Amino acid sequence: MKDSSRRGFMGKAFGAVAGVGAVASLYAMKKTWDPLPSVKAAGFTTLDMTAYEGNVLVTEKWRGKPVFVLKQTPEMVEFAKKKNELNRLIKVGNDYYMIVLGLCTHLGCIPGYDAEKKSFLCACHGGTYDSTAMVTKAPPPRGLDIPPFKVDGMKVVLGEEGPEYKKLLQEGVTLPV
Amino acid sequence: MAHFTKATSLHDWLNQRLAVDTLRRVLAKEYWIPKDINFLWAMGMVLAITFGLLLVSGIFLLMYYQPNVNLAFDSVNYTIMKEVEFGWLWRHIHGVAASVVFLIIYIHMFTGIYYGSYKKGRELIWISGMLLFVTFSAEAFSGYMLPWGQMSYWAGMVITNLFSLGDLHMNGLVEWIRGDYVPGQAFLNRFFMLHVLLLPLVIMALIGLHFGTLRIPHVNNQEGEEIDFEEEAAKYKAGKKAESKVIAFANDFLAKDMFVVSVFLIFFFYLVFYHYDFAMDPVNFDPADPLKTPAHIYPEWYFLWSYEILRPFSTNVGLVAFGFAQVIFFLLPFLDKSPNAKPAHKRGLFKVWFWVMLVDMIILTAMGKLPPEGIFSTIGLYAALTFIGLWIILPIITKMEKEV
Repeated sequence: MKDSSRRGFMGKAFGAVAGVGAVASLYAMKKTWDPLPSVKAAGFTTLDMTAYEGNVLVTEKWRGKPVFVLKQTPEMVEFAKKKNELNRLIKVGNDYYMIVLGLCTHLGCIPGYDAEKKSFLCACHGGTYDSTAMVTKAPPPRGLDIPPFKVDGMKVVLGEEGPEYKKLLQEGVTLPV
Repeated sequence: MAHFTKATSLHDWLNQRLAVDTLRRVLAKEYWIPKDINFLWAMGMVLAITFGLLLVSGIFLLMYYQPNVNLAFDSVNYTIMKEVEFGWLWRHIHGVAASVVFLIIYIHMFTGIYYGSYKKGRELIWISGMLLFVTFSAEAFSGYMLPWGQMSYWAGMVITNLFSLGDLHMNGLVEWIRGDYVPGQAFLNRFFMLHVLLLPLVIMALIGLHFGTLRIPHVNNQEGEEIDFEEEAAKYKAGKKAESKVIAFANDFLAKDMFVVSVFLIFFFYLVFYHYDFAMDPVNFDPADPLKTPAHIYPEWYFLWSYEILRPFSTNVGLVAFGFAQVIFFLLPFLDKSPNAKPAHKRGLFKVWFWVMLVDMIILTAMGKLPPEGIFSTIGLYAALTFIGLWIILPIITKMEKEV
């Protein structure tokens, strides 16, 4: 009897030690899989907004992801006003720009732009977006996401959260990426 | 200390230390297989042999492959394919076997479904088999990343994005899986580790479990007959082999098993030498480019049916449907309420269910390959709904089934 209760105690003691060890190991394993600091720190892209032309899609790169920049022509601005999507565009100087992550909000393929139809088509699952990158055909659940940005004169810095970006987040125009 | 005597032979020496005779008797000579079976019962051995081919060819590929985003593509397409003598052989064996193994897995699964080999004590065989299917899928996916071509990269992007779970926006989880914002070096390295170490270890453990689950219920037979294995084995051992309903696994059954394996291997090496291209997507011969999605992204043929269940719906519904398709086969032994462990042709409506399911999965597979436009989208949608509907009616039609 005495023997077995001693054995029981040893079993429990081992269980406790092993439990602490298991939790600690899992924590270390989880942290080992985290993105490295060098990956996280790699980061800001500055765009010179004077370089773009109306209705010509330019793909920039930010954190390894494509960013679409589409300067809006007057007709495109009218279209955005009519569809009540002007808030999706970023005003720099006197012009409006669509600046979005070029990754389909469905599963992350890169949609292609058709300048004639002024619309994006994602070849993977057939989703489409208009010229403010608002979704016009499912499966994508929402328009293309707007990356964190800060307007600085005629420049836009991607990766920094300016007041304009924070406002968009608050109004739910875009989601944090 | 146990008592050992001077060995009379190498066999006796081993026998005293390892009980090799007992092992052989328990595992092979007195492991009983019903006589009333057909060539479909050899698929397990075909799978074991194919896994062996994957393992051996993989070992040779591993000696030259470089898990580095700048070197991976060339190490496969230049070093292994052009420089290493017979490098092409290992790559084509590995690629073809990875594709063919799924064909055999599907045949093996549908044989089990047809003959009711997941019922009455065989549930764990089915569940361990499904665990193997899922692990093989992960193994295939992680391996598909390694050549770091366009399809590797974009399949990696799309599949890891599934883990953001639609409107839950779990981007943190996706970045944790990748170790980066996009698939990069960290991603390639960890999928390399999964492919060559962790997942093969899990697969080997699961194969052991799968064999273990088979031991007590034994394999099913063509009529679903409940055999008294002890009684039949006694007849066999008494020399009444013609009268007995069973034969020994080795060497009797094994001889037939290996004959089917030989036929399979001829077909397999025909593909390796003359038609390996079906397992090598041309798009994956372009190096990975994070800023350019290929025009059509589609998975390898064996994932097309579940991909097509994802595709016709909006993100959230699609994910739920996809999740459903991934787990529902696990539940087959519990959703089939029929008292009969009989082949489908003796089970009335279940026979219809079986063939509709098989044809529906072939349609899903075909639609998954075609661009998601017009009539193909519509057919895909209805095939996906049929798939879900079939699982909903399964408990009902099997409950109505009369005992035969």
